[in-house]
Amino acid sequence: MTSPLSRLDLNLVTLILGAAILWFVPVGMKSYGIYVISFWLVMSIAAMGLNLTLGYAGLKSLAQAAFLGIGAYATALITAKGGVLGPVWSWPLAFVVSGALTFAAGVVLGFPALRVKFHYLAFVTLAFATVMFLIFRNEQWLTGGVYGFPNIPRPTLFGVKLNNDLAFFRFLLMVTLVLSLAMWWLLRSPWGRAFMALRENPLRAASLGVNLRTYTLLAFAIGAGYGGFAGALYAPMVEFIDPAPFAISASFVLLLTVVVGGQGYFLGPFLGAAFSYVLPEVLRVTGGYYLLVYAALVLALLLVSPQGLIGIVEQIRELRRQKTAQAMRDASKVMLEAGR
Amino acid sequence: MNMPVKPPRGATMLRVENLSKHFGGIRAVDGVSFEVNEGEILGIIGPNGCGKSTLFNCILGQLQPTDGRVSLDGEDITGLFPADLNRRGVSRTFQLLQVFPNLAVRENLILAGQEHVGSMMGRLFGPRDAGLGAAAERMIGFFNLGHLAESKAGGLSYGQQKLLDAAMAFMAGPRLVLLDEPAGGVNLTMLAALKERLHAINRDEGATFVVIEHNMEFVMSLCDRVVVMAEGKVLATGTPDEIRADPAVIEAYLGH
Repeated sequence: MTSPLSRLDLNLVTLILGAAILWFVPVGMKSYGIYVISFWLVMSIAAMGLNLTLGYAGLKSLAQAAFLGIGAYATALITAKGGVLGPVWSWPLAFVVSGALTFAAGVVLGFPALRVKFHYLAFVTLAFATVMFLIFRNEQWLTGGVYGFPNIPRPTLFGVKLNNDLAFFRFLLMVTLVLSLAMWWLLRSPWGRAFMALRENPLRAASLGVNLRTYTLLAFAIGAGYGGFAGALYAPMVEFIDPAPFAISASFVLLLTVVVGGQGYFLGPFLGAAFSYVLPEVLRVTGGYYLLVYAALVLALLLVSPQGLIGIVEQIRELRRQKTAQAMRDASKVMLEAGR
Repeated sequence: MNMPVKPPRGATMLRVENLSKHFGGIRAVDGVSFEVNEGEILGIIGPNGCGKSTLFNCILGQLQPTDGRVSLDGEDITGLFPADLNRRGVSRTFQLLQVFPNLAVRENLILAGQEHVGSMMGRLFGPRDAGLGAAAERMIGFFNLGHLAESKAGGLSYGQQKLLDAAMAFMAGPRLVLLDEPAGGVNLTMLAALKERLHAINRDEGATFVVIEHNMEFVMSLCDRVVVMAEGKVLATGTPDEIRADPAVIEAYLGH
């Protein structure tokens, strides 16, 4: 039997192979296709953050889209109109600021998590998400309000502005890979073990010297930080942002993404984001019924496998293991009888 | 690890003075006082509902006592958080199963020790097993969990989980371990193994134990001294032989 931690090494291989394949996948694709897989990567990063908070540390958070929004608006403000540091260094600054701002917001939002649990905590984060959405929508002087924030430039890399969709996708792929590797390292470190201890049994964790306060705040802050990083990539990808994608419903979709992918599984967010953000695009061929089909699929999946898409893979593996074990038992039985 | 010089065997380690815990009008623990000496195995017995577990939770910071004082090596530790107390070398097991069910046995053990070594940053950038791989391996062997090291703790039998729970309490090399009904639900073979292991750790590493237990035979053969509780109060204190002969104890607890 493999433990959840030793499986992480297989995840590393999958990550690197996946990145290598994805490098070539969009060749020859039209800009719409490239946009869809770019969007998938960005939302995978946001979901990866929520998977840390919710899937690994077991803290219910309903504000991930708000963190995405904080990152997106911060990036828009820093990089638009020539950028505060010029065309080359504005985006890197925006990326760092987005991560730092959302990390700090995550710490603040983590404090209620020290006092309230489960759905009470979900409501606290929901309140935060509501407030952030109202700020994005109503503070027109800062965010452009419902009219949106136009002309967000693409980053410039090695003197080349990434206006070409394929070039931007590959840049996005590399950033996603780096963030995924960082998350992979984090989760296989003793920190990852402590986060899982929060989820599995906080009472016991405390009696073993695990500082619940520190790890709870870290789980919230790092998870939020990934939301901010995703926002810093989202804004230049779409080049125009308005408050809608950062609304409460968007936080719910991100929650669905993590659950559908398989919470507490490293690769879950990638599968979940494909389900939440790519599948609806594919289902558009069914015309007006696509949301209906999509809803039915969600329902069916969660009935069959509450552990999400990765859960199905796990079930198949477990079935195989049992079959192998049964075969070995049968074989040894035959040998025992023959020896008698 | 660089351990401080140990006080001599027999010096007072844990002192509980006049400890009380009231829930509304109910005095679950009512003015309890006793001492635990360095290197000793102290048993606490008493009928169900006599306040044993509440007493443990007050000593370990899981509950705030209404009144009284707990000190470790003369230092007041009343109401200290469980995690802080644990880092001072006080560890515990639980009456009900308290392992991390979805982590492997080995991961459970490393988790039990990792917060005691290195710094926060060391735990992020350092080795994955926090340098505890060998220690975990030793503990796995010591408690006969070798064939289960990679299994999820939640899949173990009740008795095996009890052993793991105990092993976890010993991972960080604690000075004082409070065991809450370690024998509950454990079969006779495993019980004998557990008792032998506890004796060995007490003898070889000088760890001090306080044991809450219902299994009279287990307590009497394991412990150096026994505290008998009834209705939140201490009824008697003494060696197992003295307790067996005490008329008040026979009356209140042992019956007939």
